[in-house]
Amino acid sequence: MIDPSNYTFGLPIAASTYASKVDKSLDIVHAAMAVIFVAWTIFFIIALIKFRSGAMPKANYAASKGGLASFLPDAAVLLFEIWLIFVVGLPIYAEIKENIPAAENATVVNMVSEQFAWTFQYAGADGVFGDLDPKLMNANNQLGLDRTHPSAKDDIVSINELHAPLGKPVILYMSSKDVIHSFFVPEFRVKQDVVPGMRIPLWFDALKTGRYEIGCAQLCGLGHYRMRGEVVIETPEEHAAWLEACRLEQLGTPS
Amino acid sequence: MTNHDTHELPFWRKYIFSLDHKVIGLQYLFTAMVFLLIGFAFVIIMRWQLAYPGTKIPLIGGWLGDSFAPGGIMLPEFYNQLGAMHGTIMVFLGIVPLGVGFYGNYFLPLQIGAPDMAFPRLNLASYWLYLPGGLLMLSSFMMPGGAAQSGWTSYPPLSVIAPSGQTMWLLSMVVIITSSLLGSINFIVTTINMRAPGLTWFRLPIFVWSQFITAILLLFAFPVLEGGALLQLLDRVIHTSFYLPAGLVISGVQMTNGGGGSALLYQHLFWFLAHPEVYVLILPAMGVVAEIIATNTRKPLFGYKTVVAAIIFLGALSFVVWAHHMFLSGMKTSLARIFMTTTMVISLPSVAILSCLVFSLWGSSIRFSVPMMFALAFLPLFGIGGLTGLPLGLLPTDIYLHDTYYVIGHFHYVVVTGTLVALMGGIYYWFPKMFGRRMNEGWGKVHFWGTVITMNGIFFPMFIQGMAGVQRRLYDFNAQAHNLLTTTAPAIGKMSLSELQYICAIALLIFQIPFLINIFYSLFKGPKTEENPWKATTLEWDCPSPPPHGNFTHELKVVRGPYEYSVPGDKTDWSPQSEGGR
Repeated sequence: MIDPSNYTFGLPIAASTYASKVDKSLDIVHAAMAVIFVAWTIFFIIALIKFRSGAMPKANYAASKGGLASFLPDAAVLLFEIWLIFVVGLPIYAEIKENIPAAENATVVNMVSEQFAWTFQYAGADGVFGDLDPKLMNANNQLGLDRTHPSAKDDIVSINELHAPLGKPVILYMSSKDVIHSFFVPEFRVKQDVVPGMRIPLWFDALKTGRYEIGCAQLCGLGHYRMRGEVVIETPEEHAAWLEACRLEQLGTPS
Repeated sequence: MTNHDTHELPFWRKYIFSLDHKVIGLQYLFTAMVFLLIGFAFVIIMRWQLAYPGTKIPLIGGWLGDSFAPGGIMLPEFYNQLGAMHGTIMVFLGIVPLGVGFYGNYFLPLQIGAPDMAFPRLNLASYWLYLPGGLLMLSSFMMPGGAAQSGWTSYPPLSVIAPSGQTMWLLSMVVIITSSLLGSINFIVTTINMRAPGLTWFRLPIFVWSQFITAILLLFAFPVLEGGALLQLLDRVIHTSFYLPAGLVISGVQMTNGGGGSALLYQHLFWFLAHPEVYVLILPAMGVVAEIIATNTRKPLFGYKTVVAAIIFLGALSFVVWAHHMFLSGMKTSLARIFMTTTMVISLPSVAILSCLVFSLWGSSIRFSVPMMFALAFLPLFGIGGLTGLPLGLLPTDIYLHDTYYVIGHFHYVVVTGTLVALMGGIYYWFPKMFGRRMNEGWGKVHFWGTVITMNGIFFPMFIQGMAGVQRRLYDFNAQAHNLLTTTAPAIGKMSLSELQYICAIALLIFQIPFLINIFYSLFKGPKTEENPWKATTLEWDCPSPPPHGNFTHELKVVRGPYEYSVPGDKTDWSPQSEGGR
């Protein structure tokens, strides 16, 4: 059960390491927008009152020529945007989308999306993901794993629930079987389209245990609205127990 | 070239297959208004489902049939069809035909002092491709599986595997795009070749500049989408795979005709059009606002040359920002960095134009006529639309806000409270010119306040919803926990935000009734007006109202710039562009 207090009338709780940085950039941009809007509106309203035809029957022809001063709003916006791009935008973007953490210290999971489900693949003890073969895909084998192949023998599959231990970043390698989906976890402030024919990485590092909602953010057909899943962040012990239970259920053998 | 014979043409030549730019313009006006109402009706049905999910649609629910709404309750497929068609109709069959087809056709020749468009037959062909293209689009609801349902963007592979309504969408788009291309060539040639003597480039009204640049954008951007649509048509009809990678498995069945294609290729082709398209939607509106403001402030427009330069710069830059719609598409991250930078830069000319329009008020003598109220409302409301583009253009904030209701709020503030409000004001402004009669001021004010307030009631909550993470294109918000609070849960007393939005949408519809009655009543019964009721300076006010075939009854010689109001030493507060005009 997802904790309803994760969500408020504003932003959801910030539950990943970079979420508060995204929030900071949202705050900065919205503060700037508010300042610009309020300043303009004050000028606008004063002009409307002061220069209504009742109060000002004759317009001033010369007022249509502005000196360089009239470019001040542009100059201010330009400076602000340069700062925004290079100081705020690029570093946070790089952290979220470009600087994927090293795989050794992370929980690496394969994800394959389809209409209208998310399937997660764990590599098992060998650390190698079994190949996904479209020819073998069916309702009981969503990923098309060849269980006789050594790399796929110990793989664990989980549908619509991504389990990961707290304290390590999660790296997802995402692909799609059919159409474009988009993996979105509001509490983590992360989103990425999942495109057939591509294998796109995404990472996050959760701040606390709990369940977080995965929504699909790209129209993917009639079930788009109900294509949801959950990220389950658990303690390392709970995670090990969950893996063990899955192993018993899916492979019939304890580790 | 037309010959401006005075003999009476038969009805079908005068009003149906007319070569007169004004009649064609009016055909665009009334057709676009019908399409706008249809697109609006679609979204009202959607809004019902969002406010009261899974309940019977009132009044029309029982009529929709089992393939759309069994028992009057909407199916998700139908919701997606209405969504895709709402977007397509509003953009390609509503706003563009209104802003370009109507405004450009009717007023561009008048403002440059031309007797007609350069190619009247091309103009005729343009309208007569637009109307059948639009009807073809609507008819797709009758295809097996219903109309297109992959969003107005129609991203493959979803669109390639969609039911046959998508084929109809593509065919219809090819027809509509061809229509726009014919129109754009016509506007460009007309502006370059048919300006009245003395009407130099820097004496052109801002409206003409905006239409001219818009036409150039259409000419260069639309062929790319036409090609993109044709490739998708091939993927669907003869099973090529331009957009399909290998190994697709659809509903458990392996797809045999995929391989070698790229899903992202289509997105690049689509947005290469669709971003310039945003400026196609907004530039004509800015042109209309500039005309209304200059006339009603009785003062030259502030920074005329700055505005012209900004419009040209905006047009050029609009071709290098398209991939900001694709920040999360999986394209190379270094591309995202470049497109963020160009996107931030394009805000500058927009700021410049808006600044000049607001500065124009300073030192003026403002007449609060109905068109002026619409033009004034455009400024802060378009401002909200523009400002909310900022966090969508910035990479880290876009990661969170992309594909949420924040985006929907942003572009509806730009296109509806921005463009549509401006274009409504333009109808009040030029109505006396088009029909020689005036519209009712009092009902115009009722229409204005009702429209502006209800529009905000629909669109402002979208920012709150977007910030809460509500994704777009959802048929039922209740299916996901994070969406509930800002959509279907009680927010204002017992009312949810979705209910508020639905009620405002219904109210917005009701407030269009006085507008429509005002138009059609005033057409026949409005008080008659003179040639130039607003005492405006540009050339269209220098011909009879309504202008006869061939427009101008005397030779024009342009002697000054477009907005010479309150010139010191002149006996009136307006100095018309043409010599001897008054």
